[in-house]
Amino acid sequence: MSAKLNALNSDTYTDVSQYRDQHFKGNRYEQEKLLKQSNTLYVGNLSFYTTEEQVHELFAKCGDVKRIIIGLDKIKKTACGFCFVEYYTRGDAENAMRFVNGTRLDDRIIRTDWDAGFKEGRQYGRGKSGGQVRDEYRQDYDPARGGYGKLAQQHRTTEVRNTF
Amino acid sequence: MSRRRHSDENDGGQAHKRRRTSEPIEIEDRLESLICRVGEKSTSSLESNLEGLAGVLEADLPNYKNKILRILCAVARLLPEKLTVYTTLVGLLNARNYNFGGEFVEAMIRQLKETLKNNLYNEAVYLVRFLSDLVNCHVIAAPSMVAMFENFVSVTQEEDVPQVRSDWFVYVVLSCLPWVGKELYEKKDVEMDRLLSQVEGYLKRRVKTHVPMLQVWTAEKPHPQEEYLDCLWAQIQKLKKDRWQERHILRPYIAFDSVLCEALQHNLPPFTPPGHMPDAQYPIPRVIFRMFDYTDAPEGPVMPGSHSVERFVIEENLHCIIKTHWKERKTCAAQLLSYPGKNKIPLNYHIVEVIFGELFQLPSPPHLDVMYTALLIELCKLQPGSLPQVLAQATEMLYMRLDTMNTTCIDRLINWFSHHLSNFQFRWSWDDWADCLSVDLEKPKPKFVKEVLEKSMRLSYHQRIVDIVPTTFSALIPAEPIFTYKYMDESSSSLPGYPASITVGNAIKNRATNEEILAILKEVPNPNQEDDDDEGESFNPLKIDVFLQTLLHLAAKSFSHSFSALGKFHEILKALTDSDEGKLHILKVVYDVWRNHPQMIAVLVDKMVRTQIVDCAAVANWLFSQDMAHEFTRLYIWEILHSTIRKMNKHVQKIQKELEEAKDKLEKQQHKRRDSGDDEDMDKNSEDEEGQLEEQIERLQEKVESAQSEQKNLFLVIFQRFIMLLTEHLVRCETGGIDISTPWYKNCIERLQQIFLMHHVTIQQYMGTLENLLFTAELDHHILAVYQQFCALQL
Repeated sequence: MSAKLNALNSDTYTDVSQYRDQHFKGNRYEQEKLLKQSNTLYVGNLSFYTTEEQVHELFAKCGDVKRIIIGLDKIKKTACGFCFVEYYTRGDAENAMRFVNGTRLDDRIIRTDWDAGFKEGRQYGRGKSGGQVRDEYRQDYDPARGGYGKLAQQHRTTEVRNTF
Repeated sequence: MSRRRHSDENDGGQAHKRRRTSEPIEIEDRLESLICRVGEKSTSSLESNLEGLAGVLEADLPNYKNKILRILCAVARLLPEKLTVYTTLVGLLNARNYNFGGEFVEAMIRQLKETLKNNLYNEAVYLVRFLSDLVNCHVIAAPSMVAMFENFVSVTQEEDVPQVRSDWFVYVVLSCLPWVGKELYEKKDVEMDRLLSQVEGYLKRRVKTHVPMLQVWTAEKPHPQEEYLDCLWAQIQKLKKDRWQERHILRPYIAFDSVLCEALQHNLPPFTPPGHMPDAQYPIPRVIFRMFDYTDAPEGPVMPGSHSVERFVIEENLHCIIKTHWKERKTCAAQLLSYPGKNKIPLNYHIVEVIFGELFQLPSPPHLDVMYTALLIELCKLQPGSLPQVLAQATEMLYMRLDTMNTTCIDRLINWFSHHLSNFQFRWSWDDWADCLSVDLEKPKPKFVKEVLEKSMRLSYHQRIVDIVPTTFSALIPAEPIFTYKYMDESSSSLPGYPASITVGNAIKNRATNEEILAILKEVPNPNQEDDDDEGESFNPLKIDVFLQTLLHLAAKSFSHSFSALGKFHEILKALTDSDEGKLHILKVVYDVWRNHPQMIAVLVDKMVRTQIVDCAAVANWLFSQDMAHEFTRLYIWEILHSTIRKMNKHVQKIQKELEEAKDKLEKQQHKRRDSGDDEDMDKNSEDEEGQLEEQIERLQEKVESAQSEQKNLFLVIFQRFIMLLTEHLVRCETGGIDISTPWYKNCIERLQQIFLMHHVTIQQYMGTLENLLFTAELDHHILAVYQQFCALQL
C-alpha cells in the first residue's frame, strides 16, 4: 500500500552534483558515499566581506548549525569567498539545498553543494595566488571578490606598463 | 553534447540518465511516468491525452494489471489536485473493461482501510473524494456512495469518542459534496437531506473552545477567522441553495459522457468506519485563514466569496499542489501559476493567501518556514510584473492588522519579511509606516519594525540598516552589535574585579594552564562573603564575572573565536558553574557583555547547553529572572527559550532511541540463541552478550527516566514562571482598577500559548502533572483559559 511513485518523489535540489574534490583522499566511490551521507555543505560565491554571523543567520533557518568554517586565502589568511556549513542532521542540510541554495546572502546569489566533510587544510583556497581557483582566471570585475581576477590583474598591470 | 552547466535549465538538479535497454522495470517506469504526467502542459488536448492513455493502459492490462492498479491507487492518494483527471481515466478504463473497474474500486477500499489504520487521515480524505467523483464517471453507483456517507455521518452518534474523530467523518462527507453533491442529490435527495440535517445537528452541539487558540487575528474584521467545519458548512449550504451548480471544478469526464454513461457501475461494498482506537491520531482542528476578498483585487476576475464553494476548491487544490511539490520550489511555483481555470480567478491573490495561510497556521506550518520564503521568491521571478505587487499589498495589509495578530504569527512574519527583503536589496517604502513612530514603542507596529530591522541587520550589517531607513526611524534601528567590556580601561580601575581581569587576560594571552588560571581566580574576593571561604569553592559571582568577561572579550571577534574559547576553558567554566547560582550567573554575564548582540547571546547559550556548562532549567530561570524583565518581549528571548526546549526534547528522544535499539539487539540475540541449538560455547558467549545488553538496557532505562524527569521539570519551571508573572500582573491591574490588556500582557499570554502550541506533542505526556500541580481551578480564569483551549485541541 505504501506505494511510493518514483515520478512523484522528485527532490532534485538535494542531488549530488558533478563536482568531485580532486584532493579527496580516497576513490570516487568512497567520495560519493560520503557525499550522500554528508551533513556538510560547501557554500560558494560569497563576498569576501560576508561574515560567519551572516552565514549562521541564514543557514540556521534550516536547522541547528553545528559549525561554520570560513574559507581563507592561503597566504593572506583572510576570507576568500567560500565556507563550509555543517549541520547536526542531514535532513537540515537537505533543506538548505532546497531553500537556501540559489538565494541571496549579502546581496549575492550563493551556491551550496554537498561536501564530503571538513578536513584540516580544506579551509584554504587552492588558487596559485592564495584565493580560490575561480578567482585566478575570471575576467570580470567583482568588487566583493577583490576586483579583477588575478590573471586579469596581472595583464592589466602589464598593459599599463606597456603604455608608457 | 556540450557540457551542461548547473544553471536554471533543470529544476535544481540533474536530468535523469536514459537507460539503453527495455526491461520490465523500464516499462513499469514508463507506465508510472505516463500516468503521473497526464494532464500536464501538452500540445494535445487533455481529452485526447486521456483517450490515448486509456487505450495504452487497456492494452497493457493483461501483463501489467497489478502495476496499473497500484499506480492509479497511488495517484488517487498523492495527486489530489488532479483528482478529476484520474477519475476520468478510471471511468474510461471501466467503460472498456468492467472487471478492471471493479478491481480498482476494491483496491481503493483496501487502501482506504489501510490509511485509516495508519492514521493517515488527510490522505484518506483524498481517497474518499476520489471514490465520490467516480460516481460522476459512472464507475460507482450513487446510492452506494450515499450509503457510505450515511455510515460516516452516523459516527456523530457515537458516545465517549474524541470530538476530532466525528469531526473528521463529517469533514470528509462535506468536502466531497462540491464534486458529487449534484449527482447524489439528483439520485437520492431524501437521504441526502436527512444526512445534512444530521450534520447540522452535530455542528450545533460541537464544542469550540479550541478556536481562539488557532486564530491568526483576534479581530473579526475585516475577515472572520472561521473554524474550518463552520466555514465548510456555510459553503455547502450556499452550494445547496444554488442547486448544487458548481462551475469551477475542471471535469474532463463531461466530454466523455456518451462513452461513460454506457458503462456499468459498481456498488461500493458496505463500509463500516473503523472503531475508535486509543492510539488514533485524528487531525487537529483548523481555522480558515482569510486575508483577501473581492475588494482587494481591483482589476481582473472577481475573487470568489468566502462562503462560495469555489473558494474551498481553489484553496484545497493550491494546498495540494504545495504538498506535492514543496521540495522543488521552481516546479511548485510553476504548478501554482498554471492552475487550471486561472483566467477566471485572481490567481496571484489566492496563491499569496494560501501561502500566508500555511505560514501562519497554528500550531505550526505544514512545512518549514523558509520553504515559503523560497517559494515566494520563485513566484516573484516567474511573475515579475504582477506578483511582487500583490505581495507588497499583502505585507501592507498584514502590517495594518498587527495590533490583533497572534504573537507567534508576528514572529513568523518578522522572519519572513526580513529574509525576503534581504533578497531584494532591502527595498521597501518605510515612510509608509511612519505612523508606527508616534505610538508607544512597545505596541505591535513599532515593535514589528524594530524586530524586522534587527533581523535584517543580522543578514547584512549595521550601517546597511542605517542607510535603508529614513532618519525618522532612528529610534527603531538596532544597536550596533558590539561587545560591552566592563573592565575596558583605566576608567574602570576602581571596580573590584579590575586587577584580576588584567592578570587573567595576560594569563590567557600567554597560554597559561587551567591550574594557573584557577589559582589566579582563587584570589578574587567574593562580594557575597565577609571573610574568606577556606575552600574558595562556593559561588563567587565576581570570579565568574572577571573570568568570563575577560575571556569573551578576547574572543569577541567571531562566533568561532568564542566557541573556541568556551571549548578551551571548558574545565574552568564547569568548575565555576557547579552550583545553580553559578549557572545563572554565567548567563547573566553573557548577557551583560553581549546585550547589543542578541544573535551572539543565542549561539553562546546554545553552545553552553550543548557542552553542559549550563542546563536547560538554568536558561529558563535566567530568561524569566527580574534581570531580564526589560527584554521579556523581545523576539530573541523566545527564540532562545524554544531552542532550549527543543534541545531538551531531542536529548530525550536520542536516549529513547538508544534504549529501543538496545532492546531490539537483545531480542535478536535471544532469538539467535534459541535458534542456534545446543552449542555450549555459543550458548555461553550468547549469555554473556545478553547479560551485557541487559545491563546496558538497565542503564539506558535510568538515563531515559532521568532525562524525562529533567524535561518535565523544565516545563514545570517555565509554566510556573508564566503563572507567577501573569498572576502578578492581573492582581495589580485588578486592585489598581486598570485594564489588563497592556502590550506586555498580550505578549506574555500569547507566549504562554506558544509554549503549548510549539511543543504540544511533548507536553501531552505531562498533562496529568500540569493539571494537578499548576493549572488548577484556583488559577485566574484568563490563565486557565489558555490551558483549557489547549486541552480542547485533543478532544
